Amino acid sequence: MAKKGLDEKGLGRREVLECMLWAGTGVLWTVSGGIPHSVGLIGEAAAAEPTGFTFLQMSDSHIGFDKAANPDTLGTLREAVGKVKAMPTKPSFIIHTGDITHLSKPAEFDNADKIFGETGVPIRWVPGEHDIIDEERGKAYLERYGKGSKGAGWYSFDDHGVHFIGLVNVVDLKGGGLGNLGAEQLAWLEADLKDKSNSTPIVVFAHIPLQVVYKEWGWGTEDGTRALELLKRFGSVTVLNGHIHQLAQKVEGNMTFHTAMSTAFPQPAPGSAPSPGPMVVPADQLRSKLGLSSVSVVQGNKPLAIVDKTLAG
Amino acid sequence: MRNLMNQLRLAAARLSPGRAAVAAMLLGPLVGALLAYGAIAAQEANEVKIDNFVFNPAELTIAVGTTVKFVNHDDIPHSVVDKNKAFRSKALDTDDSFSFTFANAGSFDYFCGLHPHMTGKIIVK
Repeated sequence: MAKKGLDEKGLGRREVLECMLWAGTGVLWTVSGGIPHSVGLIGEAAAAEPTGFTFLQMSDSHIGFDKAANPDTLGTLREAVGKVKAMPTKPSFIIHTGDITHLSKPAEFDNADKIFGETGVPIRWVPGEHDIIDEERGKAYLERYGKGSKGAGWYSFDDHGVHFIGLVNVVDLKGGGLGNLGAEQLAWLEADLKDKSNSTPIVVFAHIPLQVVYKEWGWGTEDGTRALELLKRFGSVTVLNGHIHQLAQKVEGNMTFHTAMSTAFPQPAPGSAPSPGPMVVPADQLRSKLGLSSVSVVQGNKPLAIVDKTLAG
Repeated sequence: MRNLMNQLRLAAARLSPGRAAVAAMLLGPLVGALLAYGAIAAQEANEVKIDNFVFNPAELTIAVGTTVKFVNHDDIPHSVVDKNKAFRSKALDTDDSFSFTFANAGSFDYFCGLHPHMTGKIIVK
């Protein structure tokens, strides 16, 4: 898809907001020639005829959240899952980039599991900060989803020649800082990558963006660059994150960064509001803006680096 | 408030012992009420509100022994974590609060355990 590019004035805040899609469902990815491409949002024509290996990213379900921005997060998740169920070709698996629940309560996990289970597709999880705020700080998450993982829940696996790495950057956060991977996880990552050839396609997923999207709101990972240093030698690296509840895509050399929408509620674009947090949008916009093909805002000297989405790859 | 209390004490002191006892009996409930009012006022003054991902006031100076109440007014949970582990709240959902009594003097830098870019400071003198 040809990018429209920024005109000289760039996009105004209103236009950016109009382009922002909030009620996310999932983003379908396929791998061709060893490089993952986003095929499109599920429900779109482009995503209707995937070929070969595909996987889906879903994020930020926030089951348990019931405030004005979306009193029915279970309902919107159910709708998103309904679209997965309706896909003519099921993806190989779903990557969920965290904040499954809002408050890490057992009932919230139960409800999420029940609905996600209806997809009939295996799900690979990483925790968001909302998934580890039980009394024992993450025990509930690990008991449910941590099987075979290391530390706070990080792991890797291979599928169709792609090496997938799930990282945890929401644990042991430092005052004044951003997301945090920590020395133990970075050492594990280094060892995990050691025997991989440079031509192995890599997909890394974690909740908080690994690169800094907007420091003032804590949208980035303190030691994320150390992970990216380890990944630099690979020919194809795709980084999938959630947390910011909006689409943002950026390409840097061989690395593609992508953040997913939430299935629960939108958050404002970086710097467009006094603070992050659930954003109330008119009810008729809640589900109607799932078309992304016309959006292209690229990072440049503009205040905002949001949504560069080439749906056709 | 304090001036009023002092004046009451002075007035009581000027009275003869017998009269002072009577005055104290009469004034007792009033003084008690005033003390209670003072306690409530002090508590409100020592509250840190969490609004729009910000601790407000960001810096608060209190006397040793003061209890500070942190109240979350956001739609998103937050927590209150001391940098040096003197205190750590559980996750506070909307309108939940956490109180901590500062028994020792010092400077306490704290942050939100979920959103660590949110920081604040309590100075205890």
